[in-house]
Formats: sequence, C-alpha cells, structure tokens
Amino acid sequence: MAQKTLAGKTVEVTEEGYLQDPQEWNEDIAKELAQEEGIELTDEHFKVVNFLREKYEEGANLTIRKVGKSGITDIKGFYKLFPGGPLKKASKIAGIPKPTSCV
Amino acid sequence: MENQDKNQKIKKVSIICAKGNLEDVYAALVLANGAVMDGLEAKLFFTFFGLDAVIKKRMNKLQTATVGNPALRMPNGSRMPKLLGLIPGVQNMVSSMMKKQMDELDVPPVDEFFDMITAGGGEIYACQLAVDMFKVKKEDLSEHVLDILTVGEFYEKASGESSQIIFT
Repeated sequence: MAQKTLAGKTVEVTEEGYLQDPQEWNEDIAKELAQEEGIELTDEHFKVVNFLREKYEEGANLTIRKVGKSGITDIKGFYKLFPGGPLKKASKIAGIPKPTSCV
Repeated sequence: MENQDKNQKIKKVSIICAKGNLEDVYAALVLANGAVMDGLEAKLFFTFFGLDAVIKKRMNKLQTATVGNPALRMPNGSRMPKLLGLIPGVQNMVSSMMKKQMDELDVPPVDEFFDMITAGGGEIYACQLAVDMFKVKKEDLSEHVLDILTVGEFYEKASGESSQIIFT
C-alpha cells in the first residue's frame, strides 16, 4: 500500500495505483488519474465512470459486456474512450478496485 | 533466453483452436478477449473441427461431449454415469446448461464474443486447409473472419517481438 497526492488530497492507493477507498474519489481525482493514463476526460468518459461506480456499489461483477449493454457506449466505443485496457483503466479512474473478471 | 528480461510483457498472442467442442472454442475466445482487454494484440486461427466456431450456422450451436468426458459432473457434484451421456438429448441439455451458466457470468454466445474481440482490435482467421477439407464456402463463414490463411501466412501474422503462440 502507498500514499499518493491527487488533486491536493492525500489518498491510499494499491501498488498498481487503484484507490484503496472508493469513497475518497471525486471528479478532480478522476481527471488527474486519467491524465496519468494519457486520457482527457469528457462527459462521455464520466458517464462510463459513473456507471461503473454505480454498478460497483450494487456489488455487480464488472465486465466489458455490461458496459457494452449500458446504453452509454458500445464495446468499440469503450475501447476508444479508454484505449489499451478499457475496463482496468476506467475502473482505476473511477476509483474502484481493479476488476477481477476475465470478460 | 537467459538474457531476456523476466518482466518483459507479452505484446501479442496468436491462438490456434483446432477443436469444435464448446469448451475448447470458449477457452480460445476467453484467452483472446482477455488479451485485447489488457491491451495486447490478439489473433485467432480456427482450423480442423475448430472451424465450426466460425461457420455461421454452427457457431452458436456448439456442444460439449457427454461421451468420453470423464470430468463431467451432475449438478450435485457426483460423476455423470457414463451411459447417461449416450441417451439422445442429454448432450444437448448439458450444453444448454453450460451456456446458461456462462451467460450468468457475462460470457456471451460465440457470435457476440467475436463482436467483443473484434471491437477491441482482435483478428479472426480461418484455416485454408480446413476450409478445403470440409468443403466450406466463404459465404458460410462469419463476417468476423478477416481472411482464410495458409499455415505460413498465419505464422507471418503471428511473428513479432514478445509474441506468443497458444494452441488450445
């Protein structure tokens, strides 16, 4: 475990940089985490991020397929929004744990 | 090999699927999808009976063998009696149950799985020899199939630094 300062706030993160406590998340933290991944967050990104946070809170197992059926974007769009590992990157930016799903 | 950095990440996987059982095809699909999800390049090559996975009329009707499959269990966890597997309809029922279980875990039907893999940039190929052998026409194949390749052409596509070939 490590500490990290994001958007002026000191938060606990895992070795891979995922927030330890999803409650500490806010939109500025999301923007800074996204920048580290080389992503400039748009409204579309935030819709996906908020969808993932909602589903996480419901205790759902997060998958690419769920995002594809969310009505926000299709799977191709999801890959475009978060290139090179959409579910992991979007989860990290959403301040939720690293996804454990294989799909 | 000794000089190779152990932390060197895999950049590309090429997966060969030569069997048409539900579980063999899904193993290949899960591996390929997992690769593109992680930002790796992935290529799938279907050959011999694996070709069924890219034949439009067959791809969503794959079955798992109830004969000669010693790992098969009853819903209560006991081994499935061998003769039961021979009864007409049992293989169909077992396969349907497996598909239902997978769907609950967000593992989609074969055609939708191809949608997911290609959406992430994965590429699907069919084997020339198998196509000739089973007398399959190009129009019988799923539109996800990018090309029909010879072995040599497949190896060419599979080459590159930090590239792995997996045979399921």
